[in-house]
Amino acid sequence: MDNFGAAFETAFALILQLDSELVEIVALSLQVSLLAVACSALIGLPAGAVLAVVRFPGRQGVIVLLNALMGLPPVVAGLVIYLLLSRAGPLGEYGLLFTPTAMVIAQTVLVTPIVAALTRQTIEDLHSEYDEQLRSLGVRRTQSIWTLLWDGRYSLFTGLLAGFGRAIAEVGAVIIVGGNINHVTRVMTTTIALETSKGNLELALALGIILISLAILVNAAVMSLRGVTARANW
Amino acid sequence: MASRLFRRLTFIAALAFAALGAIAAGPAQAQDGNFIIVQSTTSTEASGLFEHLLPKFENMTDIDVRVVAVGTGQAIRNARNGDGDVLFVHHTPSEFQFVAEGFGVRRFDVMYNDFIIVGPKDDPASISGMEDVTAALTRIGESEAAFASRGDDSGTNKKELGLWAKTDVNPRAASGSWYRETGAGMGATLNTAVSMGAYTMSDRATWLNFQNKGDFEILVEGDRRLFNQYGVILVNPEKYPHVKKQKGQAFIDWLVSAAGQAAIADYRIKGQQAFFPNAR
Repeated sequence: MDNFGAAFETAFALILQLDSELVEIVALSLQVSLLAVACSALIGLPAGAVLAVVRFPGRQGVIVLLNALMGLPPVVAGLVIYLLLSRAGPLGEYGLLFTPTAMVIAQTVLVTPIVAALTRQTIEDLHSEYDEQLRSLGVRRTQSIWTLLWDGRYSLFTGLLAGFGRAIAEVGAVIIVGGNINHVTRVMTTTIALETSKGNLELALALGIILISLAILVNAAVMSLRGVTARANW
Repeated sequence: MASRLFRRLTFIAALAFAALGAIAAGPAQAQDGNFIIVQSTTSTEASGLFEHLLPKFENMTDIDVRVVAVGTGQAIRNARNGDGDVLFVHHTPSEFQFVAEGFGVRRFDVMYNDFIIVGPKDDPASISGMEDVTAALTRIGESEAAFASRGDDSGTNKKELGLWAKTDVNPRAASGSWYRETGAGMGATLNTAVSMGAYTMSDRATWLNFQNKGDFEILVEGDRRLFNQYGVILVNPEKYPHVKKQKGQAFIDWLVSAAGQAAIADYRIKGQQAFFPNAR
């Protein structure tokens, strides 16, 4: 139990000191994961909505695949991105390996299926509810997709938050494609892994506490944004 | 009215994302070109050596050294793929093979330290104080006392397997019973060993810097077969034209120079010298 008490003390001390290295690591974590979620939203929201509304052969198969990819192990995603970005790989000439960009790509690969799958479910439910109404109004299909996305925005936010949770928490992918380079690609989770391997369990746990606090803050911020817009809608 | 507010908020959020993107891309591009990537091992990172060494070199040359610390096996594989400018590891036979196969230019000795066998204080196989490492391993194997192996193809793991091969014990046959392969880095394996009360082999520097020792002690040390040599190699620019030949070589030259060697010798963990420079 000593460990836990000490870890909380260390966590508070780190936050109060506003340790510059910690700030740098936290900032990079947020940048990488928020960017990855933004990229996933750009891909996953329209893709999920189209999948919900448009019927085509093999659609069930695509949905099963998409749902399964929500469980894609980060290490596997990391490995695939590593092989693609490696100098010996097909995209090697861009020299992206061991940069924050590579980490954003890896996390986007992890988060997009979550966003797309949850969007598909949300929009499909809304679609079955409003389909007739939209059709009777003569709304075009592209137009109705936008309407449904707009209508489901609160549920979709939750999907994006789930994606953010996945991105900020994973270590397997970013440690492979980022390399955990000090001051360049070191984020919260890779720092926790490193400190654990140094046997600094207390510091590792303290960083874990800060990571969870951050996740709570981001979620609270989104929630309050939702509150503001919901009130404004009345 | 309401939806206008929402749109505004969305717009602000989008701007924030864009700004974050710019920040994320900024530092990577600002230093573009003036850095090298060094593929190295967990022991050099976890021991704190690089934190001590790199600022000295970086201040002098303005070259940013980016260290990817993985096991020796993985570091060599990464370097073979051209994902690095310099390879700095500790398994001499693999290093010579790397050069012989044309992936590296030339290998330089940099420094050495040694491996040690650590274990719980009550020492179930009673190996404490033994000087013959293979005799100690034999005793562990025969008493079937728990032994945690890296099992990750790292330099330390290769060394450990080489030592077992000189005994009559075949630890891999006992994998899962008393011989436990963690498949992890040195620090993670030390954490596991301490929790299980299992013996393990570590490089001295990682052990000295390790904070979660429990009741563990060094039980076997000093056998010359526990010698641990580190070498450094420039990745071959003829094979991979993007390799930063001059900057990478500048780092290697500094490591083996009088100044670099003195900086290595200066590094102390709790008052003890962790690495001994021996460049020729």
